[in-house]
Amino acid sequence: MMAKKNMIEVRNLWKEYGDSVVLEDLNMSVQEGEFVTLVGASGCGKSTFLKMLLGIETPTRGELLLDGKPIPDEPGSDRGIVFQQYSVFPHMTVLDNVVATRGFQRKGLTGYLFGSAKKQAVADARKILDQVGLSHALDKYPHELSGGMKQRLAIAQALLGKPRILLLDEPFGALDPGIRADMHDLVLDLWREHKLTVFMVTHDLKEGFYLGTRLWVFDKKRQDPQAPNAYGASITYDLAVGQVEHSTYHEINDAVGYRDPAIVASPQQLAEEVDV
Amino acid sequence: MKRLINLKPSRSTGILLGLLPFALLLVIYIASSQTRLEENPKDKLLPSFSQMGDAVERMAMEPSKRNGKYLFWQDTASSLKRLGMGVLFAASIGLVIGLVTGALPMFTAGLSPLLTVISLVPPLALLPILFIVFGLGELSKVVLIAIGITPFIARDIQRRAQEIPYEQLVKAQTLGANTAQLISRVLLPQLMPKLIDAVRLSLGAGWLFLISAEAIAATDGLGYRIFLVRRYMAMDVILPYVAWITFLAFLFDLALRQLNAKLFPWHEGATS
Repeated sequence: MMAKKNMIEVRNLWKEYGDSVVLEDLNMSVQEGEFVTLVGASGCGKSTFLKMLLGIETPTRGELLLDGKPIPDEPGSDRGIVFQQYSVFPHMTVLDNVVATRGFQRKGLTGYLFGSAKKQAVADARKILDQVGLSHALDKYPHELSGGMKQRLAIAQALLGKPRILLLDEPFGALDPGIRADMHDLVLDLWREHKLTVFMVTHDLKEGFYLGTRLWVFDKKRQDPQAPNAYGASITYDLAVGQVEHSTYHEINDAVGYRDPAIVASPQQLAEEVDV
Repeated sequence: MKRLINLKPSRSTGILLGLLPFALLLVIYIASSQTRLEENPKDKLLPSFSQMGDAVERMAMEPSKRNGKYLFWQDTASSLKRLGMGVLFAASIGLVIGLVTGALPMFTAGLSPLLTVISLVPPLALLPILFIVFGLGELSKVVLIAIGITPFIARDIQRRAQEIPYEQLVKAQTLGANTAQLISRVLLPQLMPKLIDAVRLSLGAGWLFLISAEAIAATDGLGYRIFLVRRYMAMDVILPYVAWITFLAFLFDLALRQLNAKLFPWHEGATS
């Protein structure tokens, strides 16, 4: 196999807020098509890293490169996002939410579509809504949807924007376990079909372990009990998913301080449990 | 017996309880009015309902001897025109200022301090200036209402715009939206119901400025009339006028609320 070019490259990246260091000295590279999940205790900087990819936070020092160039410092259509909440427009119906995406891709003051452009957008929107399983709710407003349906809608919007990178910020954190499993299937299907590069922040270690191709664990290498903010987190584990010893799961689980009552016997059982 | 704090009225009891104070006030008024009128049939302070009815008939059904107009309706039309124009100006200007300062940080920095200072100026203190600048005609009254409520509406809309979750704006940008599209498609539609709410809340102040301006310099209008007939202690005209103004205020509030529910069905459960 030929060596692919790195899509994302992180070089000596630091993020500080005043005196407190959030991230220290990150060095990684990610290739196109990878599915990276980011886990870690809360406040460990995984969301901050995602925000830097999104362009709403900037590194304090070091470089964050996309295709060899610094990542733009504002959000753009090459990087789609699904937040845990507030990612759909409450004043538009399900269909309009997706059609609006097409409008935003055009220049102009309002992005309203007319005539054949509108017809095409509606047809595309229906197709993608069908794919995420929302074709029965086209005329509903977001407040009439369940949490899982809202996230499906948010994903449909993001996909119609045709991003190269899809960023997911704890997208399923507020969902019930059963619905979460459905959403995992959906995301994996879409990732394969649309050949996306995905970064997903999650606080669910199992989700990180069995979804995607690569797992990053954010944790502090150094601790100073007198000054908890003196050192930032870096990536303590960078694992290829699917080739991990079971003991590693518990090792990480202990390290990042997740309380997980379900101590399972094997990765297979664990995999069955999360139903991915 | 339940604790008082846990006792809740049923629907019909609730309505009855709500009507009770009105009935009570009515009874007290009628009783006092009768007592006074028995003592002195020419008493003007608490006119009977038939006297008020006569006054309304005189004002609303018979043309005025002086100019042949139906004064009650002319007063109503003039006042509503002033109030409507003032509120319309205030809502339009308030929306634009609020939207721009709420959406664009460069404009927030530039205009917010000014807006804060302007909103602290008591509008009635400016009335003499308005009379000097715009004369005693219609314009100065409309401008007083507009000046009086624009800062409130602008600041309210600004705050509402800032309350719209940042995630929505980021999301729209990742879908390719430019600044104009963010304002016209994401912010503006979500602010329209808030604007109607702001107008509802500022109508009370609008009436205050209207009646003040009419009391000081006007030749017709609801406020002008009640201040005019005060000279003759004509409570039989003043009380029906006050009731009429209250009823109009209630009607506008109701109409705006229903308009909001009709135009923006997504509003009640918003912020997804």
